[in-house]
Amino acid sequence: MNSQIPALIRVFAYLSLLTVGGGLAAFPELEILTVNVHHWLTFPQLIHLYSVGQMAPGPNMMMIVSIGDWAAGLPGAVVVLMAFFFPTALFALVTGRLWIRLEKWPWRASIQRGLAPVSIGLLLAGCLTLARGAATGLVTVGIAVVVFTVLLRSRINPALLVLGGALVGLLALR
Amino acid sequence: MNETPAASGKVGVGEIFGAFLLIGATSFGGGVVAYLRSSLVEKHQWVDDKTFVEMLSISQSLPGLNATNMAILVGDRLRGAVGAIAAILGVCLPGALLMYVVGTLYHVHGSRPLVTAMLHGVAAAAIGLILATTVQLGRRSLDGIYDLVFVALAVIGVNRLHLSVPYVLLGVGALGILWYRPRPGQTEGSGQ
Repeated sequence: MNSQIPALIRVFAYLSLLTVGGGLAAFPELEILTVNVHHWLTFPQLIHLYSVGQMAPGPNMMMIVSIGDWAAGLPGAVVVLMAFFFPTALFALVTGRLWIRLEKWPWRASIQRGLAPVSIGLLLAGCLTLARGAATGLVTVGIAVVVFTVLLRSRINPALLVLGGALVGLLALR
Repeated sequence: MNETPAASGKVGVGEIFGAFLLIGATSFGGGVVAYLRSSLVEKHQWVDDKTFVEMLSISQSLPGLNATNMAILVGDRLRGAVGAIAAILGVCLPGALLMYVVGTLYHVHGSRPLVTAMLHGVAAAAIGLILATTVQLGRRSLDGIYDLVFVALAVIGVNRLHLSVPYVLLGVGALGILWYRPRPGQTEGSGQ
């Protein structure tokens, strides 16, 4: 059972370094590694966990806990969390201190400015990968469009809309 | 304790952990940045608005999730490395426990038709949610046609050419940084 632990550490430490702009940026690579390479779960399962994870409080990638648990039980869940958060936490700690000292360094602004569109692009790429598996019919596309439109026009709590999506799915997608 | 530029006086490690634990337990719906701001800037006044926005833009440029990077940066500023550890543990713990339970339940009941139908709806709604978040983020941080070109390059690289994310990140990222490279006579990084 614990034979998966080294692979879990490798995969999630690697994925963590790709999450520039948000966890979604790593989603295409998350699919390839957990579904196609290591077969820890199926693509529909990944999409379900990821989507449910969007409703959970806190950082929105906590669904990785479930992948670790399925692959190697509770130790797997703990290992995945540490592998995913330790490298970037250390990086943020060191860079954060350096960043403050580099206030006058002209490239600092260039890095922030130049990485902004790339991170948005990576987030969009993650959206598209997710949509490929989840927006498959009229009803699902409809739900996505309604949630998107409402969120851009109001300040409603997104969790309520996701619950609404669950209800529509329950009624229309059986 | 490491002396980082202190924003406020002495804030206890327990206080830091408690504040981030509360954010980690209540920020339902994905908008964790809004919860961070209302707790750290308004309620506790540990950082001011300008510092918060500055830290947020650092968080977005670094690998790592915004919520955890913010926890590290704020925790470090308040109480050094120990504060950073307290903050990230607090913000992660509730969601991690919840998803552990949810994952276990899903493993057992996930293939029931009713659950599957519900989850298809949740996934569809999640697409709308993350797309809206991405658009809102883009509106704030993008400016001009060249930014859209970099966005398109990244999307095409990942979704069309199926390049792996690190290559796209390094390739298009380097291109973006060079495009906005410091020029003589400009103080702000508003190249082109």
